Amino acid sequence: MYTAIREAQANALASDATACVFGEDVAFGGVFRSTMGLAEEFGKDRVFNTPLSEQGIVGFGIGMADLGHTAIAEIQFADYIFPAFDQIVNEAAKYNYRSGGQFSAGKLTIRTPCMGVGHGALYHSQSVEQFFMAVPGLKVVIPRSPIQAKGLLLASIRDPNPVIFLEPKVLYRSSVEQVPIDDYTLPLSSAEVLQQGKDITLLSWGAPLYSCVQAINALRNPTGALADLIPSDVRDAEVELIDLRTILPWDRETVAKSVSKTGRCVIVHEAPVTQGAGAEIGSFLQDKCFLNLEAPICRIGGWDTPFPHVHETFYKPELVRIIDALVRTLKY
Amino acid sequence: MLRTGFLGNAARAVASGSRCDTVAASLTALRNAAPRESIKPSTHEADKQSRKFQQLQRRCFSRSAASGLAASNSQLQAQFQGHLPGYPTSPYLTSLDSSFFDSVRANESQVHGPDGRPGTGIPTFRLMDGTGSLLEGVTDEALEITQEEAVKMYEKMLLLPAIDVILYNAQRQGRISFMMTSYGEEGAVIGSAAGLATTDEVFAQYRESGVLLWRGFPLDNLMSQVFGVHDDLNRARQMPCHYSSTELHFHTISSPLATQIPQAAGAGFALKRSKGREGDVAVCYFGEGAASEGDFHAGLNIAATTRSPVLFIVRNNGFAISTPSTEQYVGDGIASRGPGYGIPTIRVDGNDAFAVRAAVRGAKKRALANSTPVLIECMTYRVGHHSTSDDSSAYRSKKSVEDWKKMDNPLHRMRNFLTQRGWWSDAQEEETTKRYRAEVIAAMTKAEKKLRPTLSSMFEDTYTELPANLQEQRAELARLVKTYGKVEHWSKELQKHEEQGKDLEKFLTGDAK
Repeated sequence: MYTAIREAQANALASDATACVFGEDVAFGGVFRSTMGLAEEFGKDRVFNTPLSEQGIVGFGIGMADLGHTAIAEIQFADYIFPAFDQIVNEAAKYNYRSGGQFSAGKLTIRTPCMGVGHGALYHSQSVEQFFMAVPGLKVVIPRSPIQAKGLLLASIRDPNPVIFLEPKVLYRSSVEQVPIDDYTLPLSSAEVLQQGKDITLLSWGAPLYSCVQAINALRNPTGALADLIPSDVRDAEVELIDLRTILPWDRETVAKSVSKTGRCVIVHEAPVTQGAGAEIGSFLQDKCFLNLEAPICRIGGWDTPFPHVHETFYKPELVRIIDALVRTLKY
Repeated sequence: MLRTGFLGNAARAVASGSRCDTVAASLTALRNAAPRESIKPSTHEADKQSRKFQQLQRRCFSRSAASGLAASNSQLQAQFQGHLPGYPTSPYLTSLDSSFFDSVRANESQVHGPDGRPGTGIPTFRLMDGTGSLLEGVTDEALEITQEEAVKMYEKMLLLPAIDVILYNAQRQGRISFMMTSYGEEGAVIGSAAGLATTDEVFAQYRESGVLLWRGFPLDNLMSQVFGVHDDLNRARQMPCHYSSTELHFHTISSPLATQIPQAAGAGFALKRSKGREGDVAVCYFGEGAASEGDFHAGLNIAATTRSPVLFIVRNNGFAISTPSTEQYVGDGIASRGPGYGIPTIRVDGNDAFAVRAAVRGAKKRALANSTPVLIECMTYRVGHHSTSDDSSAYRSKKSVEDWKKMDNPLHRMRNFLTQRGWWSDAQEEETTKRYRAEVIAAMTKAEKKLRPTLSSMFEDTYTELPANLQEQRAELARLVKTYGKVEHWSKELQKHEEQGKDLEKFLTGDAK
């Protein structure tokens, strides 16, 4: 996936002379290799290192965008986006509104790696989408794969609103597929139904989608110790799997339509459950789909603790917890 | 707050900020003296340099750690520094035998005077004295100013208090919600505006409306913003005094302090990359209080490393609301920080509009020629309250404010300068103040009668498009207004808006219709 992200930035730089890529350590290719060779290809004045200051990086990007230049800023880990929270929430998000459309930070895109990576502990693992989901004026996007990453990133860069683009870092090297070389975009604020089903809606985004697929397969064909734990009457359940893709503004229509059809919903994210994005989605669904719901909407996510180091397997909503949530919701 | 360097120093500082450069140069010499030479095979000269360096270390600021670590230095210096091919190498290489500094003042022996107060700081650049007479050696020609421009500067300086007094009272009468005056800082603001081109991109804090007025911002636009009416360029979304104008290259003021500083750095960088804008710089205003924010550090450093042409103009008026600058910083003001970032710096008498203008013009030339940010600290005094929500007599005496107005008043200085040359008369003064008063009152009365923007406009511009959630919420407000629009406090408010809320009817959905 890191090459797809690199390619998206190359397309953006090639198609727009004002576009620049900057952040901490991006010039030599980035700590995740997502900007490899860009400085050589497009010049050091367009792909450059900044001082180590997140509020500086985002403020600088807003200033560029304000003058109509395309600013692609990188924050090295989503865990370190908080020093720039003020610039993002009070400035970038409100720039267009507060000036009556006279000035805009819409040409700013902030890329940042997010989510667990196996051993990232407190400050190399966080999911931050829920903090920004509460900020009118921002868009928040999370891809699940290389094709998605390239298309959604190019769309984010070209969207006339400021976008936070969260990249699940565990997928940088593990997620591999054939990606079109051409310049293409995928729509923002549009969820994607990955698998049709009529019995239950499983909604997620980013890295946990892979655990969701595992869970769906294991539900149908449980092996090993799971075989004794999955009741036979839920194994035929048809699960509708949805990738939300854009967290804000999110695709309420696609999700509500699915849940109205299935009557059951499990929402999976890595961020802690309390006030996670699932809370907003679940609340919306109980309002819009009240008469269709046959079971309580189930939210699973990280526990309400900081992201731990050695306990990661038991912290994240992986295979076992997703299966358990599916079974409980189907059996309700 | 009086500074020895502020009122005492005459024109010995020059516009280029040479004293700062001198300070920086002497530090560089100290740093380079021993370690850089010691990489080479030992020579008599190198030994001498090294001894000199150690002496200086001991005399000025040595700590025991410094000499202990010095031994391993040459090895480290010889190591590869880890720069990418083709990237510039910093002349200030990482080194373990650093010296310790607690000051960047010119004369170390005068850092602390006998009374424990700071001694000679970075000097303050002035062109005229407190009575508006040019200092010795400064000629009319050196000012590079025409009668026409000097008079225009003074007129715009007079316009500020004309607006301030009327809007301040309007706030006191409850006609507007909030107001911040420019009292005492007319010289710093108009002087700097006069030193800029009207196409320079301005990022202001909130006490710089003079820049807009200098550029010809109509009083009608100013009043529409303050009263939040339908033709306000900001669409009536911000508090009073948060002006902006794309046409006049004045970026929207926002309340969070210092956020505009790194933004100005980005704007300067973008200007550098824009064809046809090679002669323009970004200009960033802020107060000495805002300079304590992290964004000040972030902004100056990133502007310096990206070599962005930005003028950082600090209005050091002695107070951040109630906090005197003695509780804001212990160093030599804001100017002393500039050289630490590698930024050419100058301190100016902010009540000397010509000195500010000259400093800004010099700074802009430097910024463009060397592709560098420049820091300008304008020393002034906040004569007015912080805002209409503040009574400054709670933390400073009324007498000290009155004294200051008499002793050092930017308007008096300018007026004296003009009258000495026969460029201004009492009759002109009277005519101008009268005319301004009438114009300001007329503009205010006009704005006060205008309606606020439509209710539905509240939802617009959050995004460039209206997402589904906002469409639903707009429809929800339409339903509420249809049902409850006659409830007293709502109906009264609705009358103040264009279309009285009827614009929402077309957004009613489903049963609400």
